[in-house]
Amino acid sequence: MRPEMTAASLEATARSSAERGALARARLLRGLLPALSLALVLLAIAWLNPRAISYFGFSLMLNLAIPIALATIAQMFVISGNELDLSIGTFVGFVGCVTATWLKDAPLIGVAILLGSIGVYALLGALIHLRNLPSIVVTLGMSFVWQGLAILVLPKPGGKAPDWLLAIMSFKPPFVPFPIIAALLIGLVVHFGLMRTSYGVILRGSGGNPAALKRAGWSLLRTKIVLFALAGLFGVLSGMALIGITTSADANIGNGYTLLSIAGVILGGGEFVGGRVSPIGAVIGALTLALAASPLLTFMHIPPDWQVAANGAILIIVLAARVLISRRER
Amino acid sequence: MILVRSLAGKPWVWSFLGALVVWLATIAFTGGYGAGGMVTAALSLAVFTVIVGVGQMFVITLGPGNVDLSLPANIGLASAVAMKVMAGSDSMIVVGLLAALACGAAIGAVNYLLIWALRIPPIIATLSASFIIQSIDISYGRGLQIKPPPGFADFTNWQVLGIPVLAVLTVLFTIGAAIALQRMIYGRSVLAIGQNIRAAWLAGVNVGRIRFLTYTLSGALGGIDGALLAGYFRGANVDIGNEYLLASIAVVVIGGTSVAGGKANVPGVWGAALFLVLLLTMLNTFGVSAGVRLLLTGLIIVGVITAAGGEKAVR
Repeated sequence: MRPEMTAASLEATARSSAERGALARARLLRGLLPALSLALVLLAIAWLNPRAISYFGFSLMLNLAIPIALATIAQMFVISGNELDLSIGTFVGFVGCVTATWLKDAPLIGVAILLGSIGVYALLGALIHLRNLPSIVVTLGMSFVWQGLAILVLPKPGGKAPDWLLAIMSFKPPFVPFPIIAALLIGLVVHFGLMRTSYGVILRGSGGNPAALKRAGWSLLRTKIVLFALAGLFGVLSGMALIGITTSADANIGNGYTLLSIAGVILGGGEFVGGRVSPIGAVIGALTLALAASPLLTFMHIPPDWQVAANGAILIIVLAARVLISRRER
Repeated sequence: MILVRSLAGKPWVWSFLGALVVWLATIAFTGGYGAGGMVTAALSLAVFTVIVGVGQMFVITLGPGNVDLSLPANIGLASAVAMKVMAGSDSMIVVGLLAALACGAAIGAVNYLLIWALRIPPIIATLSASFIIQSIDISYGRGLQIKPPPGFADFTNWQVLGIPVLAVLTVLFTIGAAIALQRMIYGRSVLAIGQNIRAAWLAGVNVGRIRFLTYTLSGALGGIDGALLAGYFRGANVDIGNEYLLASIAVVVIGGTSVAGGKANVPGVWGAALFLVLLLTMLNTFGVSAGVRLLLTGLIIVGVITAAGGEKAVR
């Protein structure tokens, strides 16, 4: 990967300025691709059902966008450290179960459990680094652990979201639907933290070139712990937001989020290795997936059988577009 | 002594040892009751994990990022295809098996096509493909309640002296897979690609063809597995393959295959599959609740992988 990149950059300096202009345009296009794909999905919706493009329509279609966006951000932190979290979905489910039971009935214990679970995430980061373990397997094992705990906390679907959480999630601001404002806020906060602060650069660097960071005196153990703790934090937020919308919980409620979150990061322009991620892109990717998975597909003459396929098709189309653009980048 | 030391150096020994410990713990609990029956049941169930596990092992050995996430959807669709083609008639068993095999192989080929044409990470390619396959399966298998032909159902449940015949056949298959991996050009090429894809390419390995073959193989094994599962559980089902996503990856890694690629282990897949199945049996025998069972399964997987440790090599 890296030698190719140096070769590419050497080539780039040798090129004429006109070619460089074209290259910059292709890069810009690539950066805009997540937004373009979202716009494309929106256009398709507007064309198929113009009435969906309204305050009410968006509130309905983007209903689940907030928890998906938060879970995607959680996954993004893990991916920026060159790891993968296959347990985020069941973790979101576990948090949901705790939110609908302990957090409502005994808030102090509930908060302690949730903080403890973030601590477990941090410990996992430490374990993966210290023993040099494959994160795929460790998080695979943890996905069973969270699911088991979720069933123990809430054996039958039920529970109830705390009132304050319901109030937050049913907030109706004027003009712009809440999911859009929340998504913007999440994207901007994480963008500032990860892309604009100096420790954010170190965190991304731990995925980009760990050896260089280590030689520069930074602790890779610490970056891994911080990345996993942040993933845990956003996983907790995602589970709470989800319960604020669904009002009650179920041990399996978050299971689909593992794959959705990975897809969201990649749709948003992230890459599996090299610390190349984009928080705003990830949020846009999550919005695209939320729209594609929304119940409104039913009204668009897409039979329920094929709604999952619509998700897959959107992923493939966006990635194909990215390849076309990348070819021009060279 | 030398034997012990050379055995201890082999990563797959640990998975069998784990399976043995779990088995001993269970019969100690039951006071020896059902010891043999447990082995029979474990062998019958482990077969399904081993078949997809071997496919997944070849894929994972191709190197970091290579994993087949479409197996559960593949198994589900193939089980429906097999049942529909067999249509409950004994004379169509072979045709049905071939149809399931072809269906799986086609899915594998499409997976590689996506990876190659779109140059996307295999995780995302197989994931997107699995979404689409799932939809096809839901649409195709709707209300499908065809029972497997009696001959096929009997075959998948057939035992001789307490040993499932399917397990014996699968052992033969895994021996074949081990030979293919260690002694044939195909297997050596897979290992070479996993160790260093660029070096393999420079050494003249046809990287594209080997990767294509590997994904197709994984798909085909998923297809066969779907057909056999439908026979064993007497009917196809959209969700029949769901547990094999995690199980196929888990047996590969617990069995001593490197997630970083380039190092594979066939016997370990058997050991790990038996270990996982026996573990579930043990927890069921102890009478723990579903929650505790999942919790302990997860903790044991994390514990085993921590104890076995990762590779010291820099990635």
